Amino acid sequence: MADTPKSVAPRDGSVSRPPTAFEYGYDKSFRALTFAAGFVTIALLVYIFWKIGGQAAPAMQKYGLDFLTTVKWNANTNEYGILAEIWGTLYSSFLALLFGGVLGVAVAIFLTQGFLNARLAWIFRLIVEMLAAIPSVVFGLWGIYVLIPAIRPLAHWLHETLGFIPFFSTNLAGPGMFPAMIVLSIMILPTVAAISQDAFKAIPMKIQEAAYGMGTTKWEAIRKVIIPTASGGIFASLVLGFGRALGETMALAMLIGNSQQVTLSLFAPATTLASLLASTFPEAGANQIGPLMYAAIVLLVITMAVNIIGTIIMNYTARQTVT
Amino acid sequence: MTTTDQTIMNPEVVALGDPNLSFSFGERRTLMNFIQTVILWLLAAVAAVPLISVLYMLISRGGVRLSLALFTELPPAPFEQGGGIGNAIVGTLVMVAIASLISIPIGVLGGIYTGLINPRSRFSSLVRFVGKVLTGFPSILAGVFVYAWLVIMMKTYSAVAGGLSLAILMLPTILLTSEQAFRMVPQRMKDAAYGMGCNATQVATKIVLPTALPGVMTGVMLAVAGASGESAPLLFTALFSNYWIGSFTEPTASLSILIYNFSAMPYENQIELAWTASLVLVLIVLVFNILSRSFGTRRV
Repeated sequence: MADTPKSVAPRDGSVSRPPTAFEYGYDKSFRALTFAAGFVTIALLVYIFWKIGGQAAPAMQKYGLDFLTTVKWNANTNEYGILAEIWGTLYSSFLALLFGGVLGVAVAIFLTQGFLNARLAWIFRLIVEMLAAIPSVVFGLWGIYVLIPAIRPLAHWLHETLGFIPFFSTNLAGPGMFPAMIVLSIMILPTVAAISQDAFKAIPMKIQEAAYGMGTTKWEAIRKVIIPTASGGIFASLVLGFGRALGETMALAMLIGNSQQVTLSLFAPATTLASLLASTFPEAGANQIGPLMYAAIVLLVITMAVNIIGTIIMNYTARQTVT
Repeated sequence: MTTTDQTIMNPEVVALGDPNLSFSFGERRTLMNFIQTVILWLLAAVAAVPLISVLYMLISRGGVRLSLALFTELPPAPFEQGGGIGNAIVGTLVMVAIASLISIPIGVLGGIYTGLINPRSRFSSLVRFVGKVLTGFPSILAGVFVYAWLVIMMKTYSAVAGGLSLAILMLPTILLTSEQAFRMVPQRMKDAAYGMGCNATQVATKIVLPTALPGVMTGVMLAVAGASGESAPLLFTALFSNYWIGSFTEPTASLSILIYNFSAMPYENQIELAWTASLVLVLIVLVFNILSRSFGTRRV
């Protein structure tokens, strides 16, 4: 008989063996563990709603829907209403979206459509990403000591000359909607820029080549071909940026002035749901916790709705570009 | 008659290869193209201004107070001179560490399920969806939630509560980036491992996890960077303290809350310290950001 080749296989000649009971159980329990980790993520979101909702429930029963439509916050008389906060949240986020959205999409076009050579584009991309890394509270500090003094002359001039327009009807005393809006736009810019860059990059090269092959200028290619093709992704980036702006807290708590009023004026102090929570919660007495939780659940519902819509749009457009 | 009209009337001109390549601003479309380019450059410049201004202010106003005392001394009382932010730096690091201990295992294991064990199931897409939605979760609500849950239960503000609220914000980033990293591992490697008779656990822990580790670490570092800069959730979970951290179940100082508190004070000393604390905080965040980049994989 010839020599049997040396083998790593067990002596009995078979290469394989069934898993031992330990291996089987280990595999089962590891899989269960990973499933549990996934489950925790979902459970977390549900539990957040349940816990904040539970704390808010007594206040919801007590104040009802009037809470959403009145402007007052008086701990002495126990009268609470968050219309000013809801207005401030939506108004500041909308303004931020207007400015930050335009800037973000412009930056995304600038970075993806060959306006810069590769090295400069890398540096510029780094600048935009660093913007996202600056903590909100640092932007707040910067806003108080740099931004507000810097824009005061401009605000003053706008109020003097265009005061008849409701947007400029009051003077900028210090903190207010305008500085808050600027900082908010800076903070959503990286989100909008990053997601719309992905949308622009997802456009097949063929489409752009075809456009340029038709003899279009860069402007025409971008306006008539590239932006419409990426519109789904851009829209998702704007919705998600809006969601970010709604929940942004510290910079607004430091810059918006925390004054309860519903006004169109850009230079008047205002307030938002998040900044109400940030500035009132730490010193809140027992009677204020309920209304604050009610405000929190309102913020939670608004932001989660916006985020869910944004995520669905993004998933949908991502799937479209793949096929 | 303009050149374009001639081309239309004389097809030979095109056929002869005589295209009009002249570039003049007299033509509307060239002008528009030029204007658009200028506007884009301007908008890009505007977008870069805030960062440069912030960095300049941090270095010029925060840099002057950098010294050893900054790291070893406690925050000053009003009217007091000097002082440091030592307890806030320690507090921030402790809470981020607690948050990492909670969120990294859950995030990575969840990523293994959705990226490897059962990627196409309905449950996995739900987890993925919830993860994406949670990335936009307002940070202050993480604080409200932990307050409603843990702070009320423990009857005290604490480092644990602060860490837990940060963990909620870190979890989705870790989950999504590690899932992405696991999916980037070539299918062949997984197939080969299965073909050798490995079970899912062995594939996950011996093949996929080591291969995808740089990607996972990118996500972890990114999440840590984000969490170190967070302040809103700490407002009413960790609160603040003027002393060194003594135990995990007492109010704890953090850099971001120190900046928030000191920014509103009328004393020059405190405002200077707020700028220095901002510089330190930004440096910490940047270090983790650079670390996340150094692992080499593109972030999602």
